[in-house]
Amino acid sequence: MTDLALIRNFSIIAHIDHGKSTLADRLIQATGGLTAREMSEQVLDSMDIERERGITIKSQTVRLDYTAQDGLTYELNLMDTPGHVDFAYEVSRSLAACEGALLVVDAAQGVEAQTLANVYQSIEHDHEIVPVINKIDLPAAEPEKVRAEIEDIIGIDASEAVLTSAKSGIGIPDVLEAIVKKIPPPKGDRAAPLKAMLVDSWYDPYLGVVILVRVLDGVIKKGQQVKFMQGGTEHLIDRVGCFTPKRVELPELGPGEIGFVTAQIKEVEQAKVGDTITTAKGGATEALPGYKEVQPVVFCGLFPVDAADFEKLRESIARLRLNDASFSFEMESSAALGFGFRCGFLGLLHLEIIQERLTREFDLDLITTAPSVVYRIQLNKSRTDDAREIMLHNPADYPDPSRIELIEEPWIKATVYTPDEYLGPILKLCQDRRGIQRDLTYVGGRAQVTYELPLNEVVFDFYDRLKSITRGYASFDYEQIGLREGDLVKMNILVNNEPVDALSMIVHRSVAEARGRHMCERLKDLIPRHLFKIPIQAAIGGKVIARETIAALRKDVTAKCYGGDISRKKKLLEKQKKGKARMREYGNVSIPQEAFIAALRMGEE
Amino acid sequence: MARALYIHWPFCLAKCPYCDFNSHVRNGVDVELWRNMLLADMRHEAELAGSEPLDSVFFGGGTPSLMPPVLVGALLEEAERLWSFAPGIEITLEANPSSVEAANFAALAGAGVNRVSLGVQSLDDEVLRFLGRLHNGQEALSALDTAQSAFRRVSFDLIYARPGQTLEQWEGELRRALGFGTEHLSLYQLTIEAGTRFATEVRQGAFVPLDDDPAADLFALTRELTEAAGLPAYEVSNHARPGEESRHNLTYWRYRDYVGIGPGAHGRRDGMATLRHKKPENWLDAVADTGNGLKEERSLGTAEQASEALLMGLRLAEGVDLTGLSQRFGIGREALVHPPKLAFYESIGLAWRRGDLVGITPQGMPLLDALLGELVPADLVAA
Repeated sequence: MTDLALIRNFSIIAHIDHGKSTLADRLIQATGGLTAREMSEQVLDSMDIERERGITIKSQTVRLDYTAQDGLTYELNLMDTPGHVDFAYEVSRSLAACEGALLVVDAAQGVEAQTLANVYQSIEHDHEIVPVINKIDLPAAEPEKVRAEIEDIIGIDASEAVLTSAKSGIGIPDVLEAIVKKIPPPKGDRAAPLKAMLVDSWYDPYLGVVILVRVLDGVIKKGQQVKFMQGGTEHLIDRVGCFTPKRVELPELGPGEIGFVTAQIKEVEQAKVGDTITTAKGGATEALPGYKEVQPVVFCGLFPVDAADFEKLRESIARLRLNDASFSFEMESSAALGFGFRCGFLGLLHLEIIQERLTREFDLDLITTAPSVVYRIQLNKSRTDDAREIMLHNPADYPDPSRIELIEEPWIKATVYTPDEYLGPILKLCQDRRGIQRDLTYVGGRAQVTYELPLNEVVFDFYDRLKSITRGYASFDYEQIGLREGDLVKMNILVNNEPVDALSMIVHRSVAEARGRHMCERLKDLIPRHLFKIPIQAAIGGKVIARETIAALRKDVTAKCYGGDISRKKKLLEKQKKGKARMREYGNVSIPQEAFIAALRMGEE
Repeated sequence: MARALYIHWPFCLAKCPYCDFNSHVRNGVDVELWRNMLLADMRHEAELAGSEPLDSVFFGGGTPSLMPPVLVGALLEEAERLWSFAPGIEITLEANPSSVEAANFAALAGAGVNRVSLGVQSLDDEVLRFLGRLHNGQEALSALDTAQSAFRRVSFDLIYARPGQTLEQWEGELRRALGFGTEHLSLYQLTIEAGTRFATEVRQGAFVPLDDDPAADLFALTRELTEAAGLPAYEVSNHARPGEESRHNLTYWRYRDYVGIGPGAHGRRDGMATLRHKKPENWLDAVADTGNGLKEERSLGTAEQASEALLMGLRLAEGVDLTGLSQRFGIGREALVHPPKLAFYESIGLAWRRGDLVGITPQGMPLLDALLGELVPADLVAA
């Protein structure tokens, strides 16, 4: 173990693309964690998706041995935290494992909303914040302006901000010195009963579940029988170590240290983030504060495009779930889309990541239904059933409206940070989405606006709209602020008078008509003309709120057909047959699967 | 056994921009060689399918009116020798309405041809130029006159639903055409076929084909006017006074066997599909080498035959006899036409049922291809 005074635990806060991963790589290189040859680009983000999107999904940690100017060798634990609000809870646990943070800001782009949320969170954890202004060698770099921004917006002293270019290796020794000098060492008592926080866990095919821990008091070592205080399970520690970033086994981890343990655990579900690990005998009596069970907030259906892939989808989801206990799934069947799964996610990004991994790593062709949130519904007493409360996460399960006493929907507090020229359209977008403005501040050509918004309006297409109206210049962040009552109704889409289950949605009454009209218009273009005219309607209960009609096909005939033409004509029938294989029938209407997919993506346009 | 003989003459003076038939432009055709080769090809088929007398012979092309009448005579003579002719046999020849070709009509009649089908296409000179035809309207009218005096039965073709064509324009043209007193008319909507010059021009934006909606209106008008004139549609694009239908073409639509000889000709022989080499030179070589022009002989399964019978038969106003087809191919009626779909399309007026007969209504006819896809079960269609 290392003397507490020689340990520094820190995370890096940065907006996407501001250089977090590059800086981490430079720190690893400068302290000799890996030789240049061993460095693959961006060591920490190991999943393909993480690299491509520049987002960290799983927490990781690297131990660096750094000999400082004072001649002492320090143990620096760099905690790489997930960089997205969907993983806010994981972020909070990672931050709780540190005493300080490097705040990396792009010298050309300045402070972004996401950075703000993370830095405030870090400050809440009493972290010492070390500002780092990166990319100072860019032509557009304005380090002085950014320094002022950090002071104005975040309110921390940036006079001693470290100026770097991680890419060119400028300022890296200064960063290392700043970590040692500014960030306080951890506290802890080696003699006290073991108390270690479970920071994150993941599944490794060779080791089983690997658990990232921060030891607060006591010592964790191989052969120890430990207890997970929240999970209530006991395990035998069979491996203790750290990452340099290579996996190195150690005899033990002492107070203040961050590292990993394994205990022959098969499923990550048993190793819940935030749990407290102590010894089975003579252990701590009180668990660490701040533990919570993460609950999925966004739900959608995932269906295989090819019904024959259902089993493959089931296996793939089960395998992903080994590594990510934060999403849920249960079987669902839809008349339109066949058999699939209703899955719950921590947020939209999480949804996209799982969907993308299924597509990419398991080679599945998927249809994703419109994301929906979880509603709390108070039901009246009925003849056969008591009054009770249900949590609704699938519009298909919407109860008989006459039994609904009250529906509540989740709300969020959203912070948008934008160049001020886009403020007008952003305010309009938020208003249109039933937003309530809470705050609006300007700092040097930039505006920060805070709105309370219903989450269901955000999952619909808010990100995409925001991105498009601000040409990608605005950044967005949110936190959940609980449930509020809402005038919410289930809107059905009827094609040729038959409801299409995959397209029904729960919407606020005030936007139902616009949403319904939009969906009907889209379907009118997506469903091919048939031999008869097809009404497309949006309806709430029995009341039609929007309607379009697809005119009947007028002509589809081969004008000239004699003996020689038979074989060619037959090809035409064969083509029709192939087309039909990808269609679903609704009251004599064949809807191409592409139409469902496109209609469900309606938010994107 | 086949009671219909098709003879393909693949040559034209020029290729029309809309035509995707097997036609070729060649300088100088060795008539003697072609006579011998066509005769050989014919004998080959007669040996395999020659036990019954012929009800019809059809010279198609290409432009068979460019054949020397003696060649036509020689081919008919041999056909009669090989098969014998049933009483009242229909012998049709497709002809271009040019003055040069009209000059041969009397000689062709002398050789045995008793019905001509004239490729008039339009009565309007400007339209004829657009269609790439070598004749003009006046020439066509006099060729029609000549034909009507030379042959007992005359039919002619018109192409409509042309770019920009209005209901009024077509009504005028069709009324005139009906006034000429022929008892058969083939009225085709212009179709842009892949690989034709028109297909290229449309792709390049040189003109825009007529939309389906106005084309459907023109189709309905055509039915109305021909019906009123006593020449109702008996097939999608063919109109005749009852009894004056093309017997040869009915053989295709009723899905009976037929012999096809000459380049690119198709035939059906006892559940076998025959196809001959398309390119004239290849066909000649094949006949020289093997004694016949066959490129392919393929045995059709009963399901495939049934699907062909349906997609041809439902083109006819008379419909198809489901019980007859079911017995002929040993396939259950419900496997031939999907009963719930039939009931549905009957209920919305696009199909009809009368006892064993099933057919497409006049409203359904312009939608036939789509209806076939609905009515004929997918299992019947080869994947």
